[in-house]
Amino acid sequence: MPETRQKLLVLYLRTPDLHAGVVAWSEFDGTSAADERHTSGDAADSGGATDPPYGSVVDAMRDGWRVVQFPQQYPAYPGTEYQVSYLKYEYILEKMEVVDG
Amino acid sequence: MADNTHLLNSKQMARFVAEGYLRFDELVPDELNRAVKEEMDNQAIPREEAGSPLSAIWPDAAVGRVFRLPEIEGIIHSLVGPDPLYDHHAVHTVAAGHHFGQHWHADAIIDTRLHFDIQFMYFAHDTPREMGGTLILPGSHYRRISESDIARYHNFVGQVPMICKAGTVIVLHHGMWHCAQPNRTDEMRYMFKLRLNPTVRQLRLWNTEDIDDPEVSHILSTNQPWHGNEERIEHVNRIHFWRFLTGDDQFDNHYWLSRIENEPELV
Repeated sequence: MPETRQKLLVLYLRTPDLHAGVVAWSEFDGTSAADERHTSGDAADSGGATDPPYGSVVDAMRDGWRVVQFPQQYPAYPGTEYQVSYLKYEYILEKMEVVDG
Repeated sequence: MADNTHLLNSKQMARFVAEGYLRFDELVPDELNRAVKEEMDNQAIPREEAGSPLSAIWPDAAVGRVFRLPEIEGIIHSLVGPDPLYDHHAVHTVAAGHHFGQHWHADAIIDTRLHFDIQFMYFAHDTPREMGGTLILPGSHYRRISESDIARYHNFVGQVPMICKAGTVIVLHHGMWHCAQPNRTDEMRYMFKLRLNPTVRQLRLWNTEDIDDPEVSHILSTNQPWHGNEERIEHVNRIHFWRFLTGDDQFDNHYWLSRIENEPELV
């Protein structure tokens, strides 16, 4: 039975629309060896890339990524209507890949 | 007291309000850069007591001369006034061959003030991309987070690596998101950071002769590519901050606040 492992891609969009453009992104690769967790120039590192890997969530879905979490949307808590903080439109996607045991 | 000729102007202040930082390339003379580099190599810059007057810090050290340059004093005066306090400093290093990027963070904790501290980042030697330098995210200074809350994020459209020549200085609002970058060279990479606190109300401390220049409004409207749907909320925060800095409670930009402050009672 081949072993499969998870890769995660986190895309942050301009709006909640899954077709909206990507403004930030992160990658976490469970298929890599421990000593490859961060490699120089790797996109899975701060500053490791200048362009997003996909133009939108839908673009990533067309390449085989499965959306596993949507951002929940809540009205602003009274008094926080004009506060900014974290990126709001965060989509988590996964791919399962076979690795050599 | 800083020489008025070295104070920031209103357009620069608007840039600080919109983007959270200002950049001054090759501001510090080479002779001082070399002297400060030597002090950092020798770990010869002592940590001082938080809350001490900046004027009493490092009277004889080269790094003290950097922050007494008229150009630097003008920046300090414009942002935090004539007699700021030393908060802390750090000689940040990334060792040769260190291939990991630091996680994104902001310094200190959630800070809800309109009053603000500044942080200088001073690059005493040339910093090409393969050496780092510090990665900053323009327009992140209003985001309320606590230190490494943002460590999950890796890359943003619009992030800016500090690639610069020796003597370059940037000055940041305390809320700016940033992180160190890998150093793929065979030399230690330095970045000298200094945080200062104001002791006076931060009200029109800069050269305001150009306060009515239409370019100010244009700069305050500059969008960051990563803001997305929150661009307008960011504009509201800038308007609030400009009101605080100028003392003009009626200031508005593109009618964003006038509209939502309009609550007529006339029957």
